[in-house]
Amino acid sequence: MVRDGDVIALEGFTHLIPFAAGHEIIRQGRRDLTLIRMTPDLIYDQLIGSGCASKVIFSWGGNPGVGSLHRLRDAVENNWPAPLAIEEHDHAGMAAAYAAGASNLPFGLLRGYLGTDLPKYNSRIKFVECPFTGELLTVVPAIRPDVSIIHAQKADRRGNVLMWGVVGVQKEAVLAARRAIVTVEEIVDRLDAAPNAVVLPYWVVEAVCEVKGGAFPSYAQGYYSRNNAFYKHWDDISREREAFKAWMERHVLGTKDFEGFRRSLEQVVSHA
Amino acid sequence: MPETAMPVNGYTSDEMMTISAARMLRNGTVCFVGIGLPSAAANLARLTHAPDVVLIYESGPIGTKPAVLPLSIGDGELAETADTVVPLGEIFSYWLTGGRIDIGFLGGAQIDRFANLNTTVIGDYHRPSVRLPGAGGAPEIAASAKEVLITLRHNKRAFVEKVDFVTSAGHLDGGDARTRMGFRGKGPTAVITDLGILTPDPVTKELTLTSIHSGATVGRAIDSTGWPLRVAPQLTTTEAPSAHELSVLRELNERTARVHAGQA
Repeated sequence: MVRDGDVIALEGFTHLIPFAAGHEIIRQGRRDLTLIRMTPDLIYDQLIGSGCASKVIFSWGGNPGVGSLHRLRDAVENNWPAPLAIEEHDHAGMAAAYAAGASNLPFGLLRGYLGTDLPKYNSRIKFVECPFTGELLTVVPAIRPDVSIIHAQKADRRGNVLMWGVVGVQKEAVLAARRAIVTVEEIVDRLDAAPNAVVLPYWVVEAVCEVKGGAFPSYAQGYYSRNNAFYKHWDDISREREAFKAWMERHVLGTKDFEGFRRSLEQVVSHA
Repeated sequence: MPETAMPVNGYTSDEMMTISAARMLRNGTVCFVGIGLPSAAANLARLTHAPDVVLIYESGPIGTKPAVLPLSIGDGELAETADTVVPLGEIFSYWLTGGRIDIGFLGGAQIDRFANLNTTVIGDYHRPSVRLPGAGGAPEIAASAKEVLITLRHNKRAFVEKVDFVTSAGHLDGGDARTRMGFRGKGPTAVITDLGILTPDPVTKELTLTSIHSGATVGRAIDSTGWPLRVAPQLTTTEAPSAHELSVLRELNERTARVHAGQA
């Protein structure tokens, strides 16, 4: 469902990052993608280093608590493996842009970016005067991905999706997209969700796939914790191009699916 | 690193920094916490003199009480121990720019004399010498929290005459610049480093050394600052860490290291 040249969003704010789906995009050799994510995290580092992307739209591009995303930096600083355009925002701006996309509005409105240098380098951040108070407010264009992909805890057999914990902008990302794909920890007979739980009804989701552990090394609340040790280890794997390529060849391109990836990883390190 | 070496008085300059930053948080304050040094200081405050401090992280947890420090801004520990977890759009709109945050607690890679922060890029934006992670939630925290505390290590790479990129506005070019810009919050009211505490001059808003940590020297603070640092005539000495503060901080750091390593 992801095609070359698509604008895609793989969301999940630290929690529930759809790693399995990202790996499949890499295996399929997709090219020229515009990648949208608030925090590119390791998954976009892997997509960028694998040459899948021509542009990234983001608001915080580091390896949380560890340091740089080396593949993102190498692409921005040295055009490796391909030139990468960046459109840089902050979190509040991207959250507003996703909400606008979900609402089918042209732009998101916020009190933000004032006094910062971001608008000098991103011409899509603009300011408007409030017609009621005269206050200077900020607008950013709505995010409308061709495809949004998220990972969640559960779906029922009909395809209704339930998630909890840090839910980030996943609901907005799904509703803003033309097509939405959800991977889940498990498909169950009944969700038994509380009335105000975060549930995406089956008819706003194109496809649901069960991928146990599909957010590793990120986490799924109630299933497994964030593998902070792997996040630290990624700093070594990704620092040099050759080591990164060898790792991707062996564990991602050299495996058939996410289960294969996890098994392959278990053979060499104790992180899986 | 000489900065973190154990001096004769039994604590490191990093411990002094975290403890003096923690002391700035009053009990009951609602604090929006940045990851890293601010997170350590805010949780130390909660575990010592400010048990009812309300900690909010940008990933959505409100009133979180983590037993170990999070590595990322969205670790499960933050969600599991929170009073509630709200979506990202809401944390920024209803809670932050809605005006419900007393203290925004930030770190940074570079800071200038008016406490503007850079976490985006060292060098030219398009040809950076170092590409840093970027803004995250910091710009709106800096603009909308009622007050901002900043904590970072004191050296000439960080304390620069002019930041290469303004990621989060401090006092801009000084004086009443924030008011003219229409900001709601007062902006930075203190910068806590491993050498001392800097506060903005009431009129010019230029950062001034108002307290020197016990064990540090004014000369060292001046030498570690990339602009001619003003020193307050009534300079105080920061009280040394108490045995209780030190033991709580060390236990927190040990628990954290154990848990993060244990996940391998």
